[in-house]
Amino acid sequence: MIGITSYGAYVPRLRLNRAAAAQANAWANPGLLAQARGERSMANWDEDSLTMAVEAARDALAGRSTDGIGAIYFGSSTHPFADRQNAGLVAAALDLPESIGSCDLSGALKAGTAALIAALDRVAAGREGEALVVVGEHRRARPGSAQELQYGDAAAAFTIGSSAVIAEFLGSHSVSVDFVDHYRATGQEFDYIWEERWLRDEAFQKWVPAAVKAALEKLGVDPGAIDHFVLAEPVAKLSALVAKRCGIAETVIADSLLGVVGHAGAAHAPLMLASVLQKAQPGQTIVVVGFGQGCDVLAFRTTAALGELSMRSGMTGSLKRRKEEKNYPKFLSFNETVSLEKGLRGEANPQTALSAMYRNRRMLFGLVGGSCTKCGTAQFPPADICVNPSCHHQGPMQPYRFADEAAHIKTWSADWLTYTPDPPAHYGMVEFKRGGRFVADITDWDLGKVEVGQPVRMVFRVRGRDAQRGMVRYFWKAAPLSGVGEK
Amino acid sequence: MSKGIRDKVAILGMGCSRFGERWDMGAEELMVESFTEALGDAGIDRKQIQAAWLGSCMDEVNIGKSALPASIALRLNNIPVTRVENYCATGTEAFRGAVYAVASGACDIALAIGVEKLKDTGYGGLPGLEIGSLPPLWWPNLSAPGVFAQVASAYMSRYKVPRDVLKRALAEISAKSHANGAKNPKAHLRNPVSCDTIMASPMIAEPLGLFDCCGVSDGSAAAIVTTPEIAKSLGKHPDQMVTVKALQLALSNGSEGGYNDWDGSYIHTTRVAAQRAYAEAGISRPRDEISMFEVHDCFSITELVTMEDLALSSDGGAIKDVMDGFYNADGKIPCQIDGGLKCFGHPIGASGIRMVYEMYLQLLGRAGERQLKNPRYGLTHNLGGFPHQNVVGISIVGRYQ
Repeated sequence: MIGITSYGAYVPRLRLNRAAAAQANAWANPGLLAQARGERSMANWDEDSLTMAVEAARDALAGRSTDGIGAIYFGSSTHPFADRQNAGLVAAALDLPESIGSCDLSGALKAGTAALIAALDRVAAGREGEALVVVGEHRRARPGSAQELQYGDAAAAFTIGSSAVIAEFLGSHSVSVDFVDHYRATGQEFDYIWEERWLRDEAFQKWVPAAVKAALEKLGVDPGAIDHFVLAEPVAKLSALVAKRCGIAETVIADSLLGVVGHAGAAHAPLMLASVLQKAQPGQTIVVVGFGQGCDVLAFRTTAALGELSMRSGMTGSLKRRKEEKNYPKFLSFNETVSLEKGLRGEANPQTALSAMYRNRRMLFGLVGGSCTKCGTAQFPPADICVNPSCHHQGPMQPYRFADEAAHIKTWSADWLTYTPDPPAHYGMVEFKRGGRFVADITDWDLGKVEVGQPVRMVFRVRGRDAQRGMVRYFWKAAPLSGVGEK
Repeated sequence: MSKGIRDKVAILGMGCSRFGERWDMGAEELMVESFTEALGDAGIDRKQIQAAWLGSCMDEVNIGKSALPASIALRLNNIPVTRVENYCATGTEAFRGAVYAVASGACDIALAIGVEKLKDTGYGGLPGLEIGSLPPLWWPNLSAPGVFAQVASAYMSRYKVPRDVLKRALAEISAKSHANGAKNPKAHLRNPVSCDTIMASPMIAEPLGLFDCCGVSDGSAAAIVTTPEIAKSLGKHPDQMVTVKALQLALSNGSEGGYNDWDGSYIHTTRVAAQRAYAEAGISRPRDEISMFEVHDCFSITELVTMEDLALSSDGGAIKDVMDGFYNADGKIPCQIDGGLKCFGHPIGASGIRMVYEMYLQLLGRAGERQLKNPRYGLTHNLGGFPHQNVVGISIVGRYQ
């Protein structure tokens, strides 16, 4: 039996209040007010599809070994790099061994389900014991557009394997149709979009249900026996059209999450699947449909192992960890769709030393320091000579990963002088309970709520963007654990 | 066991430019201004200088790399000139180079000159630092107030000091330096400021406001040093001679920043350098024996904890001493009598030498309106870098006899 062995989800903490955004643009387009309900997820300025994918993967991998993972697939239509293996960087952030296959899947919003199929096929072929699938999307939309209200940012992750399977893979069926309801040419900033009525009538009443029907027949799945129907509908109510035409009960249509997250592009169907797995019972049938110039239809049946899976944040935790944002200009600035004054200090832009980055990749991306083989002191950054003043032992250290270590804020300040896209810049000495400390950026803070002793979780984030050279620099930051909205 | 530097080196002459926003001058002209005064004070010809050390910190502005700008601007006699840089402790580092050269006997007369031309950036505060290839990949975008504000957070936490109590004490520190700076014709900021104004100033880095930060200034300071014997042969009377009693430097080795011991509420290296300097100078009770201090008050919080690190105030006791006026011009130990970095200003490479300049003037009774009564020893404390990894330079100077 092969299938899903674990899952994780991540939705950024900020949620843009749709009414705030719609009202800001209603002077030009009063029609937006019709969509001014609920909220959508909003990546912090230092989050992108890759950092969110890392968080979802950490959720999926929490408390378990990564030893058997031989491949990683990263599905997204918003990978930060067009030519640099994004999946490989995710693997580095997870400190997976480098003896691993990696692949980015992109080019359509069904890249997320395509990544799942690729991983399932690879494991089914017996080429790896286990594969990791991550999907993440940081969708940008033109200011004042309806998409700005409809889109969302999120990520999900799955491990695919053949032992301790929680959802057995029953098979998949795909169709490829050059149905261009929207597109984004290479190098273009935003999607170009055709009207929703056409999308509804020609796709969701015609070839999408046909593809689902064909899949169910091919896989021998009785439409009436489906417990969870997961379709990442681009706009509300399209799933029901498909379900109706396929004989699937309306009651089993999975929550689209559009009201609380927005549509997270290629990550959306996998995100919904992760959400369903958190609620599903053993022995249930799940059908997942990824849409985007065609369809991927996948079927799973949950097993008894689902009930034995360890606790995770998943969608439940992600939705709970929430901070409302009503500041629409801040949303624009974080998405770099408007360029606010940075000040002269914001001009500083050193080149990224790629050779230094490579030499120190495990430190920078894996947050791996050292543990002294003599005194046991954990330390960051790694060094040849132990930092403990009463040791100073010289010799190779044991690699020591800090990413999941308990930590708290030892000293801090909120700095209005230095450049950051989100002033004031918070940073301070972060101290790890089992040893080690360093001065780190603090992210996801609440103004006036940061304090000495506050517990933090280390998160992989964008350290800075070099627009001139197109480089995104990543490192780890400390996120306070007792922020507003997490109680 | 080393015998140390005590009384091996005398100051033959000193000079200091006017500090401030010197839109009229570049680093070269500023150097000429301090050097001319020092040379005149020493009463020698420039050709008698056998070696020189130039302190300048900010490559990004100022004069760039190498000691050539000093050699060229001062028309030195093709002598060895070495540029030194050690963050904000650069000035003391240049002074140390010259003092050690003379003490070693390698040369008879040496020059230390520090200069910084900061006001060519287009914005307030220090220019961003070039920090190498790897640090930009993982360090936060640290600003000077942001890193020193860290000390305030740790201090409040350690001693359970409410924020408003700390803010009030920090305001007293800045107000005192403004009062002192007002009496110094060479100071950058010469306006007395009230504690209320200071506390109401815009926030720069929590909890430090604008008036908790020192002036960002252009300026230069210079010292010409020799041995006491040569100074005598050049006509200096031993009664009118200031010698170096101690000169110490301490650098972090990574433990504050990487080992879970230091609590962030003090500067470890200041404590190390201070104890070494006291021992070198033969001082056992600094609070009683040292007449005046020029400490590295880059921020008010730095001055506060430095009082404890120098063992003048007890740990956690500096707020009380500050509120009691202990460090005011009319207090028991005047501190920052020239206005300090806060108001004299802080042209990085010059600051360490500027501090010695004030001690020198005070010891020789040449400090004018701010002259203290019969000072014996003066201590300078120069701090560069960040609270968790830094360079501290301490000198103690006093009358030769």
